Parts: sequence; C-alpha cells; structure tokens
Amino acid sequence: MASRTFRIWRGEQEGEGGFAEYTTDITEGMVVLDAVHQIQAESAGDLAVRWNCKAGKCGSCSAEVNGNPRLMCMTRMSDLPEDRPVTIEPMRTFPLLKDLVTDVSWNFEVKKRIRKFKPREPDAEDGTWRMAQVDVDRVQEFRKCIECFLCQDVCHVLRDSHKHDEFIGPRFFVHAAALEMHPLDTEDRLEELKEAQGVGYCNITKCCTKVCPEHITITDNAIIPLKERVVDRFYDPVRNLFRIIGGR
Amino acid sequence: MQVAEHDVLVIGAGGAGLRAAIEASAAGASVGLVTKSLLGKAHTVMAEGGIAAALANVDGRDDWRTHFADTMRGGQYVNNPTMAELHAKESPDRVRELEAWGAVFDRTNDQKILQRNFGGHKYPRLAHVGDRTGLEMIRTLQDHGIHLGIDVHMEWTVTRLIVDGGRVVGAFGYDREKGRFQLFRASAVVLATGGIGRAYRITSNSWEYTGDGHALAYEAGAELIDMEYVQFHPTGMVWPPSVRGILVTEGVRGEGGVLRNSEGQRFMFDDIPDLYRGSTAADPEEGWRYTQGDKEARRPPELLTRDHVARCIVREIKEGRGSPHGGVFLDISWIREKLKDSEAHIRRKLPSMYHQFKELAGIDITSEAMEVGPTTHYVMGGVRVDGETQMSRVPGLFAAGECAGGLHGANRLGGNSLSDLLVFGKRAGEHAAMFAGAHPRDGASGAENEQVEAATRDALAPLERQDGGGNGVGSYAIQSELQDLMQAKVGIVRSQAELESGLEGVLALKERAESVSVAGNRAYNPGWHTALDLPNLLLVSEAVARAAALRQESRGAHFREDYTGKDEHWGRTTLVVRKGADGAMEIEEEAVTPPRDELQQIIEENR
Amino acid sequence: MPTVAGALPEQQGFGVTRRRDNWWVVPAATFTVLSAFIVYSTWAAFQNAHYEFGNYLSPMYSPVLFGDSHHAWFGGKPSIWPAFLPWSPALLILWAPAGFRLTCYYYRGSYYKAFWASPMNCTVGKPWKTYRGENSLPLILQNVHRYFLYLAVAFIGILSWDAWMAMWFVDPATGTEQFGVGVGTLVLTTNVILLGGYTFGCHSFRHLAGGFLNRISGKPARQCAYECSSWLNVRHMKFAWSSLFWVAFSDVYVRLCSMGIWTDYRIL
Repeated sequence: MASRTFRIWRGEQEGEGGFAEYTTDITEGMVVLDAVHQIQAESAGDLAVRWNCKAGKCGSCSAEVNGNPRLMCMTRMSDLPEDRPVTIEPMRTFPLLKDLVTDVSWNFEVKKRIRKFKPREPDAEDGTWRMAQVDVDRVQEFRKCIECFLCQDVCHVLRDSHKHDEFIGPRFFVHAAALEMHPLDTEDRLEELKEAQGVGYCNITKCCTKVCPEHITITDNAIIPLKERVVDRFYDPVRNLFRIIGGR
Repeated sequence: MQVAEHDVLVIGAGGAGLRAAIEASAAGASVGLVTKSLLGKAHTVMAEGGIAAALANVDGRDDWRTHFADTMRGGQYVNNPTMAELHAKESPDRVRELEAWGAVFDRTNDQKILQRNFGGHKYPRLAHVGDRTGLEMIRTLQDHGIHLGIDVHMEWTVTRLIVDGGRVVGAFGYDREKGRFQLFRASAVVLATGGIGRAYRITSNSWEYTGDGHALAYEAGAELIDMEYVQFHPTGMVWPPSVRGILVTEGVRGEGGVLRNSEGQRFMFDDIPDLYRGSTAADPEEGWRYTQGDKEARRPPELLTRDHVARCIVREIKEGRGSPHGGVFLDISWIREKLKDSEAHIRRKLPSMYHQFKELAGIDITSEAMEVGPTTHYVMGGVRVDGETQMSRVPGLFAAGECAGGLHGANRLGGNSLSDLLVFGKRAGEHAAMFAGAHPRDGASGAENEQVEAATRDALAPLERQDGGGNGVGSYAIQSELQDLMQAKVGIVRSQAELESGLEGVLALKERAESVSVAGNRAYNPGWHTALDLPNLLLVSEAVARAAALRQESRGAHFREDYTGKDEHWGRTTLVVRKGADGAMEIEEEAVTPPRDELQQIIEENR
Repeated sequence: MPTVAGALPEQQGFGVTRRRDNWWVVPAATFTVLSAFIVYSTWAAFQNAHYEFGNYLSPMYSPVLFGDSHHAWFGGKPSIWPAFLPWSPALLILWAPAGFRLTCYYYRGSYYKAFWASPMNCTVGKPWKTYRGENSLPLILQNVHRYFLYLAVAFIGILSWDAWMAMWFVDPATGTEQFGVGVGTLVLTTNVILLGGYTFGCHSFRHLAGGFLNRISGKPARQCAYECSSWLNVRHMKFAWSSLFWVAFSDVYVRLCSMGIWTDYRIL
C-alpha cells in the first residue's frame, strides 16, 4: 500500500478558494474517484463531488486531473506520475458551485434550442420504418455520448473565449449531427448551426476528440461534416446549381 | 420557503420517471420532474443488454403469450399476473415508440430492430444498441421530454411526501447545490426512484439507490411487497477491488461467453433445474449454435435465470474452484475458435464491456477471460400498486419501475426491466394525469404546514447535532457498516440465524443513526446527503431482512440454505410490509392473486 | 442562445496550464516543419531552373503552363508578364495546391495552434482577448476549401500523367521512347500516391463522395467511395505530412539530378 498526496480545489466561489492537500492510501486498481471518496470518508466529509455510476457510463464525475479533463472514475491512479501530488480541479468552462462541482445547467438549456427529431412518415407496411445498419452506424457513434461535457470544458471557444452565447460547443454539434444525419429525420438545422449556434467558431483544435471518454471522433465525424453541409447550403454556388438542375 | 406547483410530480428521472413525465405532460398536465442527479445520469444508463419486447423480428414464433409465460416462469409464478400480461402486450409498442422519438437500435438484415438472446427468454427478444441500450433509452426519452415543457428540478432530493385527508398532496425536498428547501404541491405523485442496491457492499448500483421511493411510500401509508426478493446479478466485476460490483452484461453470455471454474470446467452444465431442463442445450456445441441464432438449438446453461447462475457461481467459489480474486471466469475470447474475425466481432457487439475491462482492469476481453462474481443488482420488491393504474393504496400516489413491486415476482428476467420502465412508466403517467385532473390542488393547509415543519426539522437535525465539526456518529461510517452487514447476513445465501442477527444489526444501526452528525454547511455537502439517505436505507434493509426471515423456503432470488426447496404454502403467499399504527414495521401474509383462466392456460402451454 | 448564469473563471494567461506533459512539442514541431517547407518551396518556386530532368518533372512545377521546357503546355513565358516581376512557371500554378493545404481542415487545426496560438494546445491559455474563429472575415474564407479540392483533384490527374511519363525514357542512341523505371520514377509515383491519399481523404471529398447523404444503403458505388474516403480520412494527418514531405523531396530529387549532383539510377 502506498500513500499519495492530492491537491484538491476547495471553495464555493471563483477566486475565494484554493488547493487543499490530502494524503490517503492507494491500493491496487484504484481510480481517482476512489481516492476522492476515501478522502471524503476519512477527512473531508463535505468535499463536494458529483458522481453516479463509477463505470464511465453516466458522465457525472468530470474534472481536471493534472490539468487534463477526465472522468475521475476512469482515471487509474497507476497511470498518474508518482513524483508530484495529483491535482484535481473542477471544470473551468462552467461556473463553480463548490469544490469539484460546477453548474452545468447551461448545457441543458442549449439542448432545448436544438430542433428536435422529426421523422418522416412511417413508410413500412407495419406502420414503422426500415433502416439499414450501414445508415445508422454513423449516428450510433454520436449517440454513444454520455454528456460528461468534458469536450465543452476543453474547447477554448468556451473555456477561454466564453462564447457561451453564440456557440453551442462540441457536445451539441455531436447532438445536432446525430439528428441531421439520422436516416429518418426531416428537420433542417443548417441555418441555425451556421448562425445562432456558431459552427464557424470551431477552429478544429480537435481537443474535444482527444478528451472524449467514449472515443467519439467529434471533430472529423461530427463537426467537420456539419461544416461541409453548411458549405453545401451557403458557400457552394456550383453545387447549388447542380442541385437546381438535378432537381434535388 | 419556495413552493413549486404541478399537477403531477414525478420523483426520479430514470426510464420510468421520464416516461411517466412524458405521458402526463402529453395528457395536458403540468409536470414537475425531480431528480437527485443531473438529467440523464440515472441508473437506467447502466442497463446494457436490451429491452425485452416480443416484436418477433428475429424469430417469428415469438408473441406476447410466450413473453408473458417466460416472465411468470422467471418470477416463479408469484408475479402480479395483470402486470405481467400488460407488460408483455404493451412493450412492443413502447419500443416502436422509442424509435419514433429518435432511438437508433441495431438492425437486422431486413432493416428491422435487431433482437438478442437473453437468460430466461425463449426467443431472441431484446431490442438493443450494442451494450449501451439503457443510455439510448434514457437519452431518447430525455431529448423527447425536454421539448414538452416539463419542469425539471435537477439535483433535488425529496425526503417526505405530504399527505392530507388520506391522499398525497405534495412532497418536501432539498437541493444539493445550496441545501435550500422546497415544497412541491401536486395533485398526484409518481414515485420512480429505482432500487435499494446501496444497502449492500457489492452492488452495481450508484449512490442514488437508497430505497427513497420505497421509504417515502411506506411512510405515507402505502404497502411494500416482495421485499425478500433481491436480485444478485451473477456477473459483476470482482477485480480490482475498487470496481468490485460493476456490472458485466448478460449480453456477454448472450453472444457466446461461457462460465468456467479454476479447473477450466463449464460448471453450469452440472446443475440444470428441472423447470428448464427441456429448454437447455445438451452440450456446448448446441449452446453455441443457439447464441448464433440457430432456431433449432436450445439455450446454453449460462443463460439460465440470474438467481440460478448466481448461486452456481457462489457454489464454485465456496467449494474452492474460484478464480484468483474470488470469482469465476467468464470467457468470450474462446469464440475465436468459431469465428474468423472474433476480435472485431466482440468489440462491435460489446463495446462498453471491452472498454470497461481495458480501462479499469487492464484486461483485453478479446484475448483473456474476465473474472466475475455476483453483485447486488435489483430489487423485485417494491410499492404495491394496482396492476393497471400503478396507483398505490394511498390515493394520488403512484409508483413505476424498480420501486414498484409485482411484475417480476421472485426473480426478474434480464431485459424485462427496461420494458417495465416504459410500459408502467407510461401507465403511471397517464393515470396520474387523470387523477390530477379529477383532484384539483388545494392551497396551504394546517396538515401541510405541520408536515413541512417536521420535515424541515428532520432534515436539519444532522447538521445541528454537530459538535465542533461533526465528531459524533458519521453518516459514512453507518452506511458502510450497514452495507457489510447486509452483504454478510442478508445476501445471496440466507439462513434463519443469520437473517435474525442481520435484523438485529439493522435495528441497532437504526438507533445509532438517530444521533448522526455531519460537518460543514448545507451547500453541496455529501456527508449531509448521506445522512438524509440513511433512514431510507435502514428502512428498506429492515423490510428485506424481516421478509426474508419469514419466508421459509427458497424461491427465485430468495435462497435459504436451511429451506432449500419450494414450499406450496409459501408459493401462494405474498409478504406485505406496512407501517403499523404504533409506528413499528408490520408484516403480513396475503394470498397471491392467481392468474385468470386464460392466462393460466398460456402458462400451462408454455411449461 | 442561453447565457451562463454564474460567473465564469477568468481567462487563463498565455501559456498557463496545469498540464505536465510536453504540450509545446507538437506545435513547435508543426511550426518548424511547416516553416521549413514554406521557405524551401518559395525558394524553389522562384528558381525557374532545374525543375526537370529528362522525362522527370518536379511536382512543384507541374503543370508547366508556360515556360522554356518541353513539358510546357502553351509555349514560353507569356509576353504580358510584367517585366518588374520575377518569372517562374511555378508561380502560375503553385497557388492551387498551396491553397488546398492552407484551407485543409487538418492543417487549419495545426497551424492555428502552431502559428496563431489559438490556442497552442488543449487547455493551454492563449494570448488573445478576442476570438472570432471562422465565423466571420477573414477566416470565413476557409469555406473556399471545396474549390481548391476540385483543383487538387485535377492536379492528381496531371501528376499521375507526369508519373506515367516518368516511365518512358528516350534512348539517347536511337531517339525512341521506351518503358523503364528509374529511382526518379519511383519517387514521382510515390508522390502521386501520397498526394492521392491526402486528396481523396480530404473532409470535403468525403462529404461529396457520400457524407452528404443520410441514407447510403442501396447505393453500392457511393457506399464504396464513402468508405474508401473515410478510411483515408482517418489517416488524413499522416497523408498530409508524408505527402508534404514527399513533394519537397521530389523537387529536391529532380533538382539535384538536373544539377548533376545526384545520379538517377535505372532499375528497369
């Protein structure tokens, strides 16, 4: 059993908190969230941390471990360098509530503004639809999202430039892509994506893809294809011409 | 104090809660949805295998009758037959409805919803999305629901229901963020709070599953049934210690995974119950063919009901044939003998299992066996409700999903939970909206004031008891002791002596819990939250222990080493738990409702 | 769009991060390699010499629209070319592949980090107080990428032709053309393969190949094109760098052979 030191952010308001040091014993296979729980039980009963499933499926325990946005439940202690204390901080992109917990309600508000799924009329004999697996493969990748909001946290457009009013962030481009590319969907979201939702703010750092615990290729498979669809509609007169001639 | 007013208040935002909220809202009721966590984080996301529904997309022979009979057999015939019938009949529509709301299920070659095999289901019946079906379901419901104008109260916990004139008129709760109190006035309340897994040390459940709905209903005067039936899922992770209990989906076995002991033997072939002998494969080869969709083949013994598989695993471990970390081996990698592209196949079919083991245990399941052991997973028992309306004995109080009892009898089949949430979530929402329509809200009343005051006092007590930073009895410590106690004394294999000492232990902890004190203030204070969850956990633990001690037979998930057989008397008996006039828990034997003739005939035909 | 209710943390200062890895290595390497390429290609483009060697033509000069080369399509330097401007046939065409790379989604992501520090790497503070991204001028012009793609596809055709021509050697004794393979043939063929891998894995190409469709089943040709392009797209970064390097190397190879410093060995 080895003892490790943690520097955990404590405080209820930005600027009025600081790092507190805790030491706890680490056993084999432990993840960062286990260590936080142990600290909570041993010496900091009121240390605020959000968590649920502890298996990387609910996306609640997002934080920044040694400066990297991570799910605490999926970060093994053995993968962290032992030479220095482990730093744990709340996500920077959202207002702090307390300790490691941030107010992520903005995300839930943003989602409401994205036009909902609107399927075409059922066209199979039994009153439902037929969909081929190849057509849903792409959408299924996006629907793996567990809404941990780590991609929102790492995106500099939100994190540093605070474009929360004009930019919906990687999570919701993935959401929009899942809807736009759904084989049954008939809704049109392109103009909003270009205007109010700010797809143009993305400058392809791919940081969102790197932090995604579900390994969704956010930038290449969701955001850039959406940018391309926006180009189709708004920036490609030749293709528009073809479309008019082809009657599509 | 803040007051929120809704026609229907839904407590819990997992599959059942969301489905109820959607239905009530669609019926025109104003709906409030209270959730202890953020929206979309509920335990439903952990459901992996699929939604059981007799769509008959993969095997045309399937229909609601077979599903009904499978559910009754799995539940050892003590299920509420009305619920089992409605569930089997309505789940296909509930699944198709999800597709209309944007869910993207895996597809068959003819482009329909794909269905997979699962324990206890005669035909491939589980509509699924890889091994993340629960996530797909909750996200679909969530994304559909947010456009309906439902008021979502995120990170709020209800600690008490307000009862006036014999019916439920609201609820009292606090928010995690600041510890503010709020009164929720409502004409009807739907409980959809899930299970009680946190009463045990090894569990697949998250911190939320503290039996809140069970306890709220009990305190409000409703009855609990079947509390002795706690399902231990046969395959949870056992190593490393910190992830012990995390679920390994039954889908692994559905895709061809086999259980072996340390001697490399497929021990499940050694003990096949009579009830299932005719429908179980004669040899490994037939079992393999079954998992690959051969309609002539019978299912491998790994896909027997969960209670049975869990007990066989316990036996292997007890008799010294366990794996190094105290489990048995679950191996899917062997299918490379059968399939060319087994590695990619496993990763496509079981993506989250692959990542879970890779990232948490450093094991590559495409080339190595997993170590698994039983984990507390589900409680069949719950609030006794009317099979059609989901209303409890208390007018205006409804329950759906895991916190309601009856559908699953003595043991739930895999996949029947997600369909339960949808079918009865919808029914609860529908009937709650109807009830609310007939019972307009009254304003404040004396009874309400009194109960709100009492609830406030109770909620603040642990903070006010603190003496210089919570040096008294810690909430974490009591919870931890309770978990060890329940695991040891009221676990998979039970006996009279252990159950009785377990009950004594629970009662002792209950007394100590009355002097719990916590440090810190009301803002996002997990120590305080744990203290407020404790009474609920202790209450359901007491109910489980009492009912288990009373039922002197083995049936479904309830296994007694001192009464290993089934008993005719107990087979006709349901145990009902309620709060007595003196405030103490009382427990009563009642006759099980027999299925009506038509249903009985279906059961006989499918024996 | 909804606004955030509470106060957000202040923007981190330039270079501030709690990361402990060598996060600056990748942007520094990008900066160095891209700068080196720009310097070299600019220098090479202005040389107007040593861009061909027998049947080999440097990809940086292809196609030679006007020029004193037997590869020239339309004859010598156009008379309207202003005298005060330096002349090189590369200047007429190099803007197209340069524009393709400049507006490429992958390169955009890399050079915004390496050259603009916007930001230099994930979770590292950036020096800018305002940010407009590709939402308005000038960077909104990046959407022209698709037009450069059309040109880039044409270049693949031309460079393939060059590679084909690099297989036909004039026998100095008889003056007839005969099939052969030299090291230069392999260099130019590799070049067109890498460039093809880069171009056909382009995000715009992938979109046009089938990405714009929501239902691709029942269209086998489209499905195949989309899947192939997707396969390349996953490797877009690798093709971007290897083809960049190889274009420069091809030019170096032809140049040094032409200058007589390297000898082109015949294999066949």
